[in-house]
Amino acid sequence: MKDEVTLMKGNEALAIAAIRYGADGYFGYPITPQSEVLECLEAQMPWETTGMVVLQAESEVASINMVYAGASCGKAVFTSTSSPGFSLMQEGMSYMAASEVPALVINVMRGGPGLGTIHPSQADYFQACKGGGHGDYHMIVLAPSSVQEMADFVALGWDLAFKYRCVSMILADGLVGQMMEKVVLPPQRPRRTEEQIRQQCPWAVNGRKDMRPKNIITSLELDDDKMEENNRRFQATYRLIEKNETRCELVDTDDCDYLIVSFGSTARISMKAMEIARKQGIKVGLARPITLWPFPEKHIREAAKNVKGILVVELDAGQMIEDVKLAVECKLPVEHFGRMGGNVPTPDEVLNALKEKFIND
Amino acid sequence: MEINDIIKPQNLVYRKPSLLNDAHMHYCPGCSHGVVHKLVAEVIEDMHAEEYAIGVSPVGCAVFAYNYIDIDWLEAAHGRATAMATAVKRLMPDKLVFTYQGDGDFAAIGTCESIHSCNRGENITIIFINNAIYGMTGGQMAPTTLLGQKTATCPYGRRADLNGYPLSITPLLAQLDGTCYVTRQSVHTPAAVRKAKKAIRKAFENSMQAKGTSVVEIVSTCNSGWKLTPQQANEWMVKNMFEKYPLGDLKDNG
Repeated sequence: MKDEVTLMKGNEALAIAAIRYGADGYFGYPITPQSEVLECLEAQMPWETTGMVVLQAESEVASINMVYAGASCGKAVFTSTSSPGFSLMQEGMSYMAASEVPALVINVMRGGPGLGTIHPSQADYFQACKGGGHGDYHMIVLAPSSVQEMADFVALGWDLAFKYRCVSMILADGLVGQMMEKVVLPPQRPRRTEEQIRQQCPWAVNGRKDMRPKNIITSLELDDDKMEENNRRFQATYRLIEKNETRCELVDTDDCDYLIVSFGSTARISMKAMEIARKQGIKVGLARPITLWPFPEKHIREAAKNVKGILVVELDAGQMIEDVKLAVECKLPVEHFGRMGGNVPTPDEVLNALKEKFIND
Repeated sequence: MEINDIIKPQNLVYRKPSLLNDAHMHYCPGCSHGVVHKLVAEVIEDMHAEEYAIGVSPVGCAVFAYNYIDIDWLEAAHGRATAMATAVKRLMPDKLVFTYQGDGDFAAIGTCESIHSCNRGENITIIFINNAIYGMTGGQMAPTTLLGQKTATCPYGRRADLNGYPLSITPLLAQLDGTCYVTRQSVHTPAAVRKAKKAIRKAFENSMQAKGTSVVEIVSTCNSGWKLTPQQANEWMVKNMFEKYPLGDLKDNG
């Protein structure tokens, strides 16, 4: 069968990919620049076709707790939001991590802090990767840099979430969410039946059919020793995820003198900067983390083995740069270049920054 | 006649519902929660809903409701029980889904979710325990604390100018198009217990018949928080609470 190629926005591709994955429910609240997700789902009316639930909630707080409940039932449920809305969801993220339920959360980042701007940013890196909510927890953070990846990471995110009983997050930015590109959408999969969910998720809250032992999803444990034991189990899962699921794209890093580390939309811009640099005889390579957590330390350490310096390009004041410095143990110069407030750099600006920091005297 | 001669199956006149297990309850003696738990378990059993009932417990004294009633449970973040119940019922319309919440959970931190779930007409039941105080955290002021009532955070009595007025939330909910049944009950006498059970049964049946949201407020005692004996607490409730929170049906669409 020929691939179905379409032209659409990242937010729309994500919405369609979710229906096609066989999603059971979406709960969300409008916020720019990701409202197309809810708009697209409502226009598609999946409740008429696959039986998927779509609900506009009264707030991001309600949305994330609806997702928490749906995930606790073993259902494939998700929400999407943008930065201020994601801040409101942090409590729910922590509860979901503590309850070990599989969910998918999308943050199409905009510039902050505060109400900030509606334009692209990557300044929620710390919040997503270091645990924006309370307690020791992590979620898998996927960083798409194309409309195709907006679609592909839906299935990847859910598959990983169900595999490890954890929250997967797609950390996109306003640029990837809003830009239109061609995309190959996945084929429609059927939603799982309740019987299949009972098989796959024996822990799920879906009623004591045949009077099986009761299932309880809670994040509460007042016995300190048991709560410590829970924490040890969470951490063991995180170590397993680090071992198995770290992903990074390396481009022209075999012979490079300088390495750019960048994710999402700035990785695309950096790729162009790299092409221009190579035409000028400057050997630049690119490391693009696909998982921001777990962070691809080994990939970056390997790619940086013979370079003179690393430029970290981000739409923020310098957040991922901390993980890059740790990855190379501060053994070589690591510099940051970024724009803030919703501004996006041109490839020339990236290249000029690289020259200024490492080459020009 | 020895006691063991009397305790025989043929002499059984009452038993606790089998869904209510033998776990040691953490509720204070005299508290209304134990009675309401029993009624919820009885109604689920009477309806033969053991295999499809799902409860959402709150943050507050009833946080451990899941330990006592043997059905599937979710434990919500503070105030978010009706949001969770919304999702569960929408994703699995064939289940009996209810929340069990106190006044702080339902009418303070969760007011937004409470009102919007009712306004959407979610086919869920809300069991709302109003005892005019925060029991679990040690007796602080609740949204429903009466004017003049002393709590740990209004130690000289609630004052409207400092603390605002007691919130009577169920009449607000009765005004919403999404609710089908809103009632206020209590469990301080055998007759009241029987009426409260009927109300819970009706609410659960409404939920299964997709009639909209049912709200059963139970005006309750917190003798520990009120610093009274159980009997004094019942008397105080009748004398003071029923004036602000009168019992009866506020809405019944049939």
